[in-house]
Amino acid sequence: MGSRRQFLKTSALGLGGLSIGLSAFKYVSDFSSLEKGKAELKINLSRTPTYCEICFWKCAGWVYKREDGSIWKITGNDEDQHSNGRFCPRGTGGVGTYNDSDRLKTPLIRTGERGEHKFREASWEEALDLIAEKMKSIASVHGPESVALLNHGSGGKYFGDLLKAYGSTNIAAPSYAQCRGPREVAFINTFGEAVESPERTDIRDTRCLVLIGSHIGENMHNGQVQEMSDAIDKGATIITVDPRFSVVASKSKFWLPIKPATDLALLLSWINVLVTENWIDKDYVEKNTYGYDLLKDHVKSMTPEWAYGITGIHPDIIRKTAKEMYNASPAVIVHPGRHVTWYGDDTQRLRTVAILNAILGSWGRRGGFYNPATFAVPTYPHPPFPTPKTTWRDAFPDQFHLADESVSSKICDATIPSEVRNFSFKAWIVYGTNLIMTFPDQSKTIEAIKHLDLMVVIDTMPMEITSWADVVLPECTYLERYDSIRTGPHRKPAIALRMPAFEPKNNTKPAYWMAREIGVRLGLAQFFPFEKLEDYLDWQLKKLGSSLEEMQRIGVKTFEREADDLYFQPGEHHEFSTPTGKIELYSTAFLDEGFDPLPVYTAHPEPPSGFYRLNYGRAPMHTFSRTSNNPNLNDLMDENTLWVNPKVAKEWGLKKAQEIWLKNQDGKISNFPIKVRITERIRWDSVYMVHGFGHATKQLSRTYGKGISDTEMITNVMLDPIMGGTGMRGNFVTFLTEKPEEVAS
Amino acid sequence: MRYAMAVDTRKCVGCSDCVVACQTENNVPIGYCRDWVVEVVDGTYPQLELEIRSERCNHCDNSPCVRCCPTGASHIEEGGFVIVTHEKCIGCGACIASCPYDARYPHPDGYVDKCTFCLHRVKKGQLPACVATCPTKCMYFGDLDDPSSPVSKVLKTRKFKTLIPEAGTKPELYFLI
Amino acid sequence: MREELITSGRMNVAIDPQLHIWAWEIPFYLFLGGLAAGILFFAALYTLIGKEKEFPSAIEKTPLIVPFLLIIGLGALFLDLNHKLYFWRLYTSINLQSPMSWGAWVLMVVTPVSIIWAALHVKKTFVNWKWPFAWLDVLEVFFSRYKRILAWIMIIYSLILGIYTGILFSAFNARPLWNTSILGPLFLTSGLSTGAAINILMARTQHERHSFSRIDLMLIGIELFLIVHIFMGFLASTQVQIDAAKLFLGGPYTAPFWILVVFFGMVLPGILEFLELKNFKIPIFIPAVLVIVGGLLFRFIWTFAGQSSRWLY
Repeated sequence: MGSRRQFLKTSALGLGGLSIGLSAFKYVSDFSSLEKGKAELKINLSRTPTYCEICFWKCAGWVYKREDGSIWKITGNDEDQHSNGRFCPRGTGGVGTYNDSDRLKTPLIRTGERGEHKFREASWEEALDLIAEKMKSIASVHGPESVALLNHGSGGKYFGDLLKAYGSTNIAAPSYAQCRGPREVAFINTFGEAVESPERTDIRDTRCLVLIGSHIGENMHNGQVQEMSDAIDKGATIITVDPRFSVVASKSKFWLPIKPATDLALLLSWINVLVTENWIDKDYVEKNTYGYDLLKDHVKSMTPEWAYGITGIHPDIIRKTAKEMYNASPAVIVHPGRHVTWYGDDTQRLRTVAILNAILGSWGRRGGFYNPATFAVPTYPHPPFPTPKTTWRDAFPDQFHLADESVSSKICDATIPSEVRNFSFKAWIVYGTNLIMTFPDQSKTIEAIKHLDLMVVIDTMPMEITSWADVVLPECTYLERYDSIRTGPHRKPAIALRMPAFEPKNNTKPAYWMAREIGVRLGLAQFFPFEKLEDYLDWQLKKLGSSLEEMQRIGVKTFEREADDLYFQPGEHHEFSTPTGKIELYSTAFLDEGFDPLPVYTAHPEPPSGFYRLNYGRAPMHTFSRTSNNPNLNDLMDENTLWVNPKVAKEWGLKKAQEIWLKNQDGKISNFPIKVRITERIRWDSVYMVHGFGHATKQLSRTYGKGISDTEMITNVMLDPIMGGTGMRGNFVTFLTEKPEEVAS
Repeated sequence: MRYAMAVDTRKCVGCSDCVVACQTENNVPIGYCRDWVVEVVDGTYPQLELEIRSERCNHCDNSPCVRCCPTGASHIEEGGFVIVTHEKCIGCGACIASCPYDARYPHPDGYVDKCTFCLHRVKKGQLPACVATCPTKCMYFGDLDDPSSPVSKVLKTRKFKTLIPEAGTKPELYFLI
Repeated sequence: MREELITSGRMNVAIDPQLHIWAWEIPFYLFLGGLAAGILFFAALYTLIGKEKEFPSAIEKTPLIVPFLLIIGLGALFLDLNHKLYFWRLYTSINLQSPMSWGAWVLMVVTPVSIIWAALHVKKTFVNWKWPFAWLDVLEVFFSRYKRILAWIMIIYSLILGIYTGILFSAFNARPLWNTSILGPLFLTSGLSTGAAINILMARTQHERHSFSRIDLMLIGIELFLIVHIFMGFLASTQVQIDAAKLFLGGPYTAPFWILVVFFGMVLPGILEFLELKNFKIPIFIPAVLVIVGGLLFRFIWTFAGQSSRWLY
């Protein structure tokens, strides 16, 4: 069962497994006429195609230059399904990533202690030799499996290939366990497939969009914001469940100002209303689902009146909103959200979301969830990867069997030696992710790093994580390099090219080059047969019926789907990749692993008196902590503020824009102060701030010391036992109006 | 020929893409902006209302800035665009003081700068940069004298308002409410 | 509760957090312009009504400083410009709707006229004055024939100069504090008052001094009347005007305005001048200096307060 899921997952992500099998015949002929091709770099000086790297949405667009060769602007590619020709503020502000004077310029080798940010400049030769040498010695003593890659971004693929060739499959993206993991596991165990990135939500045709804490509009997933606007134009109903009056809440027909941490009760009561009133897609449920009667029985007692006492949402509203959902069905989306690692029972909460969608019949239907198509890009033949003797899972033998990706935070945990384990990680390669602001419980991250024999960080900016590296490798920005062909899943299969608009600035290099150079030094050159990535891309594109030259001209190429299967056709029979072959309202896999097969509400700790729940979120002009130093985006928002309800402000005597420090329930005090925003948009039991500020690295000149990092205040991690997700919303803060003495300067 | 712009406050999410797109398109120096986003919150939790507006120069019909310019640098081009001719501007700041919307600012190069409705793009048949980039497509631009233009159509079917109409400037930036 | 904020980080130089496009240069120039207008007005007035013998200082001595006042004022204006090299554009067009354009052209007339007037009378004060060039003697003879015409030009243009400084501000409806038609007459009266005050200082005869004291007393009375009416007008107007008035009625400018400008700059010198006229022994320069300094402060306060009065945000 597990391997079938894995197989489908791999091909759905288009990593070429399927195509290698299909191109088996062509393998021999290609190998004999080894024509790698010299792709000529024809940079059209007026505009060059790229896809954005600032967030995972990877919108394809054009980079324009002025007559003097300097960067002018970045706009969207009209043919691109991800952006429809319109970039979001971060993508438009991408000019700042190129222009940022604080960029990493040259390889750095540590001279002081880890964390002191004391480096000396080094040549690429020296830096790469050092890394290869250390990797060899670690492999000989501890085995190659003790090297882990933590990555977020396009270049991570090449370091992933390097590691796999080296002998380790311990490759993790923090965006799984720190962000979307619970919903992928929940949906896989309900529908047999994950939600994917970009999300497969058919927002533009939906008639009812239900958001559980999702703040579309403040979180700027380009396609989602665009489609939500289309939906508003078409008169769709939006129902927002959020303790905060988010921007989308202000555009909703119903805003449910729910008490924090009680969403699961509301969701269960909705199921109660739908099954009691029989407001379900009966045909769909009967044909496609398993466990409906078990579900009906399970939610019998979870009435709106029961939920009212827990959530504060009036039973009438619960029933009204349930009716809205039913009226729209199957063109209804109970949105799974994206960052869902909140309280530790997140997989179960997302299971409830999946169940709701299932009984409303929205999965695979227009206005609900469409079936995405992707592109299988061929991989150039190489020797098979060695089979690793251990993986991170061996560090946690009885846990996280249902996690379908590697759990980054558990790799971090398993770096701290323990008697319970017979192995721990010895080296981290960190690509494009600022772990200090990504992993909650910073002290544990730091402790783990201290136990490493080798810490390599690849980044474009001197983010906090670079302070802890032994070797910092400066990557050029996405505007200065080629990267893999983008094949992200969408309504139609499409490919997009990223090509450089500029030569790499200073002494920076692309990740492909770095990974290959390390590979060569490790004797793994055969896994990187192409010296220049553009030659590899040309080879791949020619196999797809295109070419590098064509893609340089058009940027995006969209194809037709092979079958008319964007949505389920009526009368069609579907097999779902679940143990029962049906949509599992009752999860048999969860039962097997000892978890509740149907979600159960548990109450979560509430803030003590004088403390407020720390809620965090996004701003549309920033992506986590990576854009706060970007000159154009910093110009829009240069610090975060703490949203405080006026009643609370009055109690504390706080004034508008007053600077305060925060202290959390574990006594952790913030490094820097934050300005107060007194606003009615936040409940009296919580405070809110945008994530990604409070940078403590002086090298980030524009953003150093501005605002507070919510990550440093998140010391209480609520572990999701099902897939290892790190719930971050169980932290409470109180205010310090005077500068505390223990604050580090 | 009378160009105007309409912003749909029901769809605007305040992302400020219009601000940074204008900045890159028009080489606005960092630290300055020709357009900006305003958020207005009314009510008490949980009875709340939120209006978000993307604002800029309104290219007024009765523009006080054109009136008060001593050199004629601030003038109106065909189509109603209020434009500053850089070589005629002496940087006296009168127009800046005369704008009730605070839409103008002194450019570091000496002259006074502001939104131009991207006249250079409109002349080529393109939309202003902010309108072209807005992810929610909540901005409409066009010729009010052309009934088929996007802005004419949307002003016929939706309720709208302008900012401080009592200031008497007859602004041509409409907010759909 | 209404919360209104700009969320895209706008912080334009000279615009945010509040308008501060004009610093000391403008109020300084307005003061100098008003003072020059006052001096020229009285010089022209007494020439035209034939009282040259009674008011010799006003006609012959005080106007000597006017060219310098105007040149310093023009220098301040030049410094205020952000695009200095293009200042000559002011003189390539006349825009009748722009008070600043009027000002530029009025100064084009007043400055040379004041120079001529000063040149015509310089020998009365500096007895041994000799022109360095012969053609200047010729010009002196030429212009002294047209003294009456010069006086007419001066009286008209000095009134325009005095009143336009106020109209310059009052034409900005975007600054509610300035947007009152009383401001023009008020600045004119203030200018005339400072002109009278400086004439008190420069006068040689008791008669001239007392005449100007009486004139100044009357002008101060008119000023106070106009100030009361400005505020009455604001409070009876729209919300933005009421907010503007509040800046001076409990707001940050209350003390500086009422104490420094109104009391020390108008009321106190008025009382002192009145007492002096009633033959109390008061050094006459005290009220004169108070009036002049009060006039300067008045323009400074009004410029800064006006920039903080607004319609939005």
